[in-house]
Amino acid sequence: MIAYFISLLLIGIPICWVEWTIGRHGGKYNFHSTSGIFDFILSKPWAKYLGVIGFIVPVCIYMYYVYIEAWCLGYAVNAMSGNLSGPGVNFQEFFGTFTGASADGVALKFGFKEVGIFVIIVYFLNFFFIYRGISKGIELVCKYAMPALIFIALIILVRVMTLGTPDPMKPDQNIMTGLGYLWNPGAVAVMDTAGVEVARYPDAAAIPAQYQNDAFTQKNLDLWLSLMNPQLWLAAAGQIFFSLSIGFGVIITYASYLKKEDDVVLSGLTASAANEFCEVGLGGLITVPAAFMFLGAAGIVGQGTFGLGFNVLPEVFAYMPGGQIFASIFFLLLFLAAITSSLSMLQPGIAFLEEGLEISRKQSCALLGFVTGVGTLFIWYFSKDLKALDTIDFWVGTVMLFIQATILVIIFGWGLGIKKGWKIAHEGAEMRIPNIFKVIIKYVTPAFLLTIFGMFLLQNVFGWNYSFSDAQFNPTGYVRDLIGSEDTPPNMVSRLSVAWIIIMTIFSLILVNLAGKNWERRKLNQKKEASL
Amino acid sequence: MTTGGWITMILSVGFVTTLFLFCIIKVLRGPAANRKHELGHVEPIEEDKIDQR
Repeated sequence: MIAYFISLLLIGIPICWVEWTIGRHGGKYNFHSTSGIFDFILSKPWAKYLGVIGFIVPVCIYMYYVYIEAWCLGYAVNAMSGNLSGPGVNFQEFFGTFTGASADGVALKFGFKEVGIFVIIVYFLNFFFIYRGISKGIELVCKYAMPALIFIALIILVRVMTLGTPDPMKPDQNIMTGLGYLWNPGAVAVMDTAGVEVARYPDAAAIPAQYQNDAFTQKNLDLWLSLMNPQLWLAAAGQIFFSLSIGFGVIITYASYLKKEDDVVLSGLTASAANEFCEVGLGGLITVPAAFMFLGAAGIVGQGTFGLGFNVLPEVFAYMPGGQIFASIFFLLLFLAAITSSLSMLQPGIAFLEEGLEISRKQSCALLGFVTGVGTLFIWYFSKDLKALDTIDFWVGTVMLFIQATILVIIFGWGLGIKKGWKIAHEGAEMRIPNIFKVIIKYVTPAFLLTIFGMFLLQNVFGWNYSFSDAQFNPTGYVRDLIGSEDTPPNMVSRLSVAWIIIMTIFSLILVNLAGKNWERRKLNQKKEASL
Repeated sequence: MTTGGWITMILSVGFVTTLFLFCIIKVLRGPAANRKHELGHVEPIEEDKIDQR
């Protein structure tokens, strides 16, 4: 949590303000895409290409996000129909069958226990709303979905907090230990012989006799040791990027629709605060404590986001009194949250195509629908171990996000200039950003981002063991999948996924080049009008 | 849950909740709350002009 909040203050909130300010500034001159706005702000021939990631990231993330969104809708429907609450449901198996994780091509089925029909529904639902425009589409959905989401989350929170000790046979797994698992700053983990965590206690003295033998070892999860671990900072920064949607190109486009007198300082802070309230105040108090109460530490450890959301939580709901109702509303909640996000990912692409190629919304929707449709079909078909999804998520949803966020903050602090940027940010603002953030945005945030990105490359791409005396480089799975190793050949799906990203990048660069000619013409016209 | 756990939870949840409420109150009480929020400056907002958006 310490790393998380430091990342929020040094990366999250500053970049939020940067994106809102740059977006509103570009929108004032009728630019709504990242490339167009960068081209306008920097007035250099190469500037528009810097913004290309602002098109690639949301479009590529949308391709797999819509697939995950279909899981949420599918799980909500299956929970309502009782398929997730029957006796003896193997949730891991259900997830594997539903998503087609067993083999490529098997997810292209259209029963209610398969993802296919939900992909089609979700895909058309997204384009229906995006075609209806901003006010009658995205705004309408968010206006009702977001309060509904918070309301449903509060109901589930009350249910989780009042569960007490769900299984009297396991008195160690109650609401207090569940909260302690998440919030206790330091702890001692009990590991089995395979190195898997089976339980966690506040200190060594609290470990019961059953774990005090040779079959178990203890691992000290000391707070300061944790803070020294680069992986923790990478995870905290990555979480901040994703939860606040910074570096996506989404906020820039949304902010470009604001009026001159709108308050971007308060809007940026409110957006960050609302996200944090939902993530820390609601999500943090629901998911992990609930999973711990029913499954214990061993059930949670090693579960990624998908494992926790689609394997562990359905199991939790199955144990819970009234679980079918709570599972239904929980997955409906996830679906509502997902659809507001996926709509936001389409809008930057639509805005770029409309303003750059000067085509209508209908044509933009058709072009983007085709491109994202091909991408989603690719991810949907290559579903084995969710390899295509995972590979694109790593290279686009993590690596490109870091790059885009760094470019943004450097353009604001150094390209636009911190003085000018500060003045633009405070136009129409009721509250002022503390002056300390001038130094943070200009120096600290770029340095922090570059350091974390450097560490990320060294660790997650080159696999350096952080030792100078005995330096070893063992590229992690994502790189090994591409280049292969002595024992295993390269993974064909990973290579195809990266090839798809490269094709998308080239396609986007060509579009930016074409758009650049239109933007030049528009800038000349604006200059002429100004001189008259 | 240890004392440290309680402190961490109360500070974290308290901070994000207070910040969220502060922002919401500021937004609802600010001058922008009385302004019309239609996006007429960006796109035609009439239902029958959907093709022109």
